[in-house]
Amino acid sequence: MAAKGNTSFFKSEGFRTFMSKYGVSVIMLFMIIGIAIARPMFLSSTNLLNVCTQISINGLLTFGMCLAITTGGIDLTVGAQLALCSVILGQLITNNGMPIFAGVLVGILVATCFGFINGFLIAKFNMFAFVVTLSMQLVIRGSAQVVSGGRAITFNSAFTQIYYGKLFGVIPFPILIFAVVFIIMYLMFHWTKLGRYILAVGGNEKAAIASGVNSVRVKIICYTISGFMAGLAAVIMTAKTGSGQSNIGVGYETDAVAASVIGGTSFAGGVATMPGCLIGIFIIGFIYNGITMIGIDANWQSIIRGLIIIGTVMLDMAINGRSRS
Amino acid sequence: MAKNNTQNDEYVFECSGISKAFGGTQALKDVQLHVKRGEVLALLGENGAGKSTLMKAIIGLHQPDSGTMTFEGKPYSARSPVDAMNAGISMIHQELNPEPHLTIAESIFLKRESMNGIFLNKKAQNERAQKILDDFNFPYPATTVMKKLTIAQMQMVEIIKAVSSNARMIIMDEPTSSLDSEETNHLFQVIRDLKAQNVAIIYISHRMEEIFEICDSVAVFRDGTYVGSRSMENVTRPELISMMVGREVSNVFPKITVPIGETVFKVEGLCGKGFSDISFEVHAGEILGFSGLVGSGRSETMRAIFGLDRLESGKIYLEGKEIRIRSPREAINQGIAMVNEDRKDYGLCLFRSIRENISLPNLPSRQKGLLLNQRREKKECNEYSKLLTVKTPSIENNAFSLSGGNQQKVVIAKWIMANPKVLILDEPTRGVDVGAKSEIHALMGKFAQEGMAIIMISSELPEVMGMSDRILIYHEGKLNGEVTREEIDCGAVNQESILAKEFGE
Repeated sequence: MAAKGNTSFFKSEGFRTFMSKYGVSVIMLFMIIGIAIARPMFLSSTNLLNVCTQISINGLLTFGMCLAITTGGIDLTVGAQLALCSVILGQLITNNGMPIFAGVLVGILVATCFGFINGFLIAKFNMFAFVVTLSMQLVIRGSAQVVSGGRAITFNSAFTQIYYGKLFGVIPFPILIFAVVFIIMYLMFHWTKLGRYILAVGGNEKAAIASGVNSVRVKIICYTISGFMAGLAAVIMTAKTGSGQSNIGVGYETDAVAASVIGGTSFAGGVATMPGCLIGIFIIGFIYNGITMIGIDANWQSIIRGLIIIGTVMLDMAINGRSRS
Repeated sequence: MAKNNTQNDEYVFECSGISKAFGGTQALKDVQLHVKRGEVLALLGENGAGKSTLMKAIIGLHQPDSGTMTFEGKPYSARSPVDAMNAGISMIHQELNPEPHLTIAESIFLKRESMNGIFLNKKAQNERAQKILDDFNFPYPATTVMKKLTIAQMQMVEIIKAVSSNARMIIMDEPTSSLDSEETNHLFQVIRDLKAQNVAIIYISHRMEEIFEICDSVAVFRDGTYVGSRSMENVTRPELISMMVGREVSNVFPKITVPIGETVFKVEGLCGKGFSDISFEVHAGEILGFSGLVGSGRSETMRAIFGLDRLESGKIYLEGKEIRIRSPREAINQGIAMVNEDRKDYGLCLFRSIRENISLPNLPSRQKGLLLNQRREKKECNEYSKLLTVKTPSIENNAFSLSGGNQQKVVIAKWIMANPKVLILDEPTRGVDVGAKSEIHALMGKFAQEGMAIIMISSELPEVMGMSDRILIYHEGKLNGEVTREEIDCGAVNQESILAKEFGE
């Protein structure tokens, strides 16, 4: 009798809509509980603050990536963008003594420009985003090598304050930046016509055009935002490591794609939410943090991470009753 | 026992007690169907009546929750369309989805290729295909790639494929929806030939004329239940319609007479791809019908006016002023709206909510500062959804969850919300059930009453003749005649004379 009541509960309409809306959050909750049982230290405020600071880099990249995926594309240049921006910062601030603020501005501007170029090639010439950004990634990382001459450039402590400094001595700057960007992205995506246009172009480009949407402009804007986010993430990451190098950021696009997809962004385009992405970002952060805390051998971490991401997406699809068909 | 045998001889396919539920929705409730050998059975019902679900259950795309099926006297069930094909049942889908780069031969023998050991035997396959094509007098060689064919020809390839796989029952889902009259006639000839070879055909269509022309009997469905079957010889159109909707429809085209006002919209000498030298004007409160064969340039003209395609030359005037339209946005800003003939491609973002679909073209004027006024948006979308009688529990549901007729109402709702001066409707009732159809017709009358100038393209002659104040007839990219309301009402013009003009006489 009890068992029967149980199955009907899991099949009930209410349960299904709840899970389709909050399924990933439930997975995240179980993840938190699981890690906390294995390592109670996980829940300490120091560690949680630490996780939040660390996820800000991947978090910013994910917001941009989510937009690219929502329009039906992808941005594989973000890892290379981190490298280029970090060596530009090094050349300008450390080697040429430019004020930090001005240097940061130029660095972000360059990344934004490359984002625009990505978008322009993809939208204007109707090229595959995968091909364009895969190639542009080589161009951008190559530029980073040219700019740096292959050498690492170190920064002084004034610059690294961007990562290690705290507002009022409490809130780390990266968390602050991340929070502000999330709010802006949330409003843009869910409360402005641009957000609607992005979803419409991704959902059905022809119908969007026939409804008066300039799809070329919308796509260019998405990739430009992705470039800007990569620039901003590069500033935080460079401040964290204290050095600008042309070989950093390899594989960062993978985490950004994973966070977007876990957060419910559909590769078919036209389906995504910003709160979903936020959860995806946290789940990726907890995976990294949890693996380290549990003390899994460094050589095995990458394998474990990949498997957990696949497992999470499958679990989400299963409880949502979503399927690719 | 003996009685059973005779029944099995009479019916090639039978099913009974079929039920199927999706989540909480009961799509089929205890339905039955009996198909005789060599007969054309029409399947009638509004969208969402359960016809497609039953057909998908027969060819193995859905598994029914309960019920039994027999085919040629033996218990039958299919887990996939390949199963069904092997058993002798094929389906020609409404939206053909061919692989454009395959040749005709490769399409016909897809998944049952001629093999030579583990290698394809292309030569033998092409020869076999060519022989079948010749039997059907198909005008292309078997090595032609699919993308070179017209929709009608692709459909013919599908039929040939079904016949070549020794299908004894073929299901056709709205086979004529993209065909012109000539192609339709050709299809009917093929159907008659199949019938003569004792192939049973289940024919799904919304077009009554066709059903009366080609079908032997008809089974009617309503809301997932089986209403009944009739022989075509002793059934009338009003009777069928009332079986479908469960009520008597007194007038399918309730034309509202509206006083015609000033000229709102005028074009002169429009030229573009597929049409040339097109001039016409539409007045406030007028419904201007466009008739012509599919591909005669009607839709192409309207797409160019709306800014979807390029206009090579010609002038457009709105309320006396010359305007230029380079994109749909400019057209919308000027007060021109267009319901496209292709609902899935140009009408809706199926996986977004009804609300987002309705408001999409109307967002620029619903801003509050930088942000959208979502409360106003929700309120207005609800109003327009109600005005168009979209049947849905909530406008937050995906457009995907709606039936074809309701999807079309959502498309119309979004353009009415744009408050246009000129409303272009390209095939506004294609693939729409009878109930929704008359609702859309009534609404068109209402919008005309409010002073909108309406342009309607329709391939259904009774619809154009029933709804229009004036009809312009296209033939091969040019206008070939005009018909007025008076001429229709006094009987000076009938379907035959309009059709003659469409054919260029």
